[in-house]
Amino acid sequence: MSSRDDILKRIRLRLGRTEENAAARRGAIDAVLARRAQGPRPAVEADLVARLRGRSEALASTVEIVERIEDAPAAAARYLAAHQLPLSAVAWPQLAGLDWVGAGLQVECRAARGDDLVGITGVFCAVAETGSLVVLSGTDTPAANSLLPETHIAIVPAARIVPGMEEVWALIRAECGDLPRAANFISGPSRTGDIEQTLVLGAHGPYRVHIVIVR
Amino acid sequence: MEVRSMHFKARAGAAAADKALQAKLSTAKGLFVEGRKRAVAEIDLEATREASKAIRDTCLADLDVWLERFEQEATKRGGRVLWARDGAEICRLVVDIARRHGVKKAIKSKSMLSEEAGLNAALEAAGVEPVETDLGEYILQINGNEHPSHIIAPAIHKTKEEVAELFERVHHRPRKTDIGEMTREAREMLRAHFLSADMGISGGNFLVAETGSVALVTNEGNGRMVTTLPRVHVVITGVEKVIPTLEDLATLMRILPRSATGQTISNYFSVLTGTKRPGDTDGPEHHYFILVDNGRVGLVGSDFQDMLRCIRCAACMNHCPVYQTIGGHAYGWVYPGPMGAVLTPLYVGIENAIELPHAATLCNQCGVVCPVKIPLPDLMRKLREQQVERGLRPWGERAALRLWSWLARHPGLYALAAKLGVRYLNWLAEGEDRIRVMGIAPSWTAGRDFPAPEGRTFRELYKTNRRDR
Repeated sequence: MSSRDDILKRIRLRLGRTEENAAARRGAIDAVLARRAQGPRPAVEADLVARLRGRSEALASTVEIVERIEDAPAAAARYLAAHQLPLSAVAWPQLAGLDWVGAGLQVECRAARGDDLVGITGVFCAVAETGSLVVLSGTDTPAANSLLPETHIAIVPAARIVPGMEEVWALIRAECGDLPRAANFISGPSRTGDIEQTLVLGAHGPYRVHIVIVR
Repeated sequence: MEVRSMHFKARAGAAAADKALQAKLSTAKGLFVEGRKRAVAEIDLEATREASKAIRDTCLADLDVWLERFEQEATKRGGRVLWARDGAEICRLVVDIARRHGVKKAIKSKSMLSEEAGLNAALEAAGVEPVETDLGEYILQINGNEHPSHIIAPAIHKTKEEVAELFERVHHRPRKTDIGEMTREAREMLRAHFLSADMGISGGNFLVAETGSVALVTNEGNGRMVTTLPRVHVVITGVEKVIPTLEDLATLMRILPRSATGQTISNYFSVLTGTKRPGDTDGPEHHYFILVDNGRVGLVGSDFQDMLRCIRCAACMNHCPVYQTIGGHAYGWVYPGPMGAVLTPLYVGIENAIELPHAATLCNQCGVVCPVKIPLPDLMRKLREQQVERGLRPWGERAALRLWSWLARHPGLYALAAKLGVRYLNWLAEGEDRIRVMGIAPSWTAGRDFPAPEGRTFRELYKTNRRDR
């Protein structure tokens, strides 16, 4: 008997499963899946921009708010200059339409490699409750750009800020149908506490996360 | 991993005398306990615990059909679902996958099941280089494959001086004294491995039946690297980890990071579904799940089924006075603290971990903080009962209990024995209010004094007081 059949057979035996009640239970789980019941949720204030900003800053990210998407490249350049970081970056192909050169940045729109120092991404959406950026893998939105570089700059349209994780799933179902290969929730710079439980930023992922919210 | 739980008493004794270890544990305790307290204050804790328990119970009650559904959905999206009865089968399956895809190097994100199976040794024997990438696990691996002592802070027992010395010896770089600099050095060492590995191996915090996905909770970002960069990704996880929907995942994610590290959310949280899509520049081409029994199925429908709700947050050990004193190594297997005291005997055999269910004060701190309401002290008590029923307790204890039960059925003799006992104890106390060395049970007084009886026995007092009325 295969391990699969053996494991399932023993589970069925222990649960007192028979052919008849198996069919009933399959129906019951369909009902659970269809219901998609939500659990208790904490209150999230109506001003989602303020909540996202407050939470992100508490997680050691930095935030700047700009009025228009055209202002985002200049905001990124300002941040990099202020922190004496390189003015060259890799960005999502999805952001190729922005005027990076005009902002004084040298930007290549491609997937990040191991030695790229600055990665610029958009987001699929952001979660106000926890201060999380949600990025989905895809041809124009490579996962590596928010992971490999030492600095991650994310452009977040205010209209894409949702209250909680439940709304993220609803948005993915509505706009993508199914889940992408990777849905990543990013909440602040990478960190570790593995040596003497002392918090250090920049474990394997970015040391810095800068969020540019576009109103 | 070899089971050393039989040596609990000796190892706990040594650990209890290790003041340096207790200093490290007490720092960590402060962080984890205070952090959790702050973080859970933001949510309706009781309602969220109740909901989380219900989600886990829903799946355990129909585990077979949920697993079937998960397998169906994962397969539909390009995943391959394999099953392993035990650790040896996990090793065989992973080595087979490595051979099939010509894998030379495997990078690993923390997986406790890989510890259960002793997977690293099996990979090395098959010519595949395993590299642990969680900083704590990496420290232990380069220190001669040392075992973790905590499930979410594996190197909690190491000081920064020990790590600095280890890094200097293994990395051949000038010694660092700053924890930030040491972390950067490990980052640089591991970055090269991330970029050159052929296979990524991870655990799984949850399996989502609705979409056939695995959910991974990490802080360092290594989990994302392991599941994004190599061309093969293998998820190794227990059969009990399945949950119904993405909404359930949202509920559990409100309580898991809060209970574990006191974070409102972990830095990274990834929901991974299937293989690289056409046009994608990153992601694995091959995605395997290994769903593991290794003792879990035996708990289904048993008195211990509640234990399968465990979401591995480590709140129970962080709050446990026994763990605080002896650390994780004394428990002798993969899982320490209260959850380990229950899981270890159930997975490796009650007779191989006799002391563990007794390694508790039954204060129920663990039960109070458990995010899925596992009644840990009750389960430890049940294990103790089973030890008695199976005649596994030491003969001295069994004889003493038999004698006590016989005496208890003979009230006259019981009263006489109590009277003699009190006299004996008073004689031992030599006029003091405490007994320093207890003749018949010397180990009892090895670390503390025994209070001397106050005078007459309860029965004598009772008799006098009744007469007074």
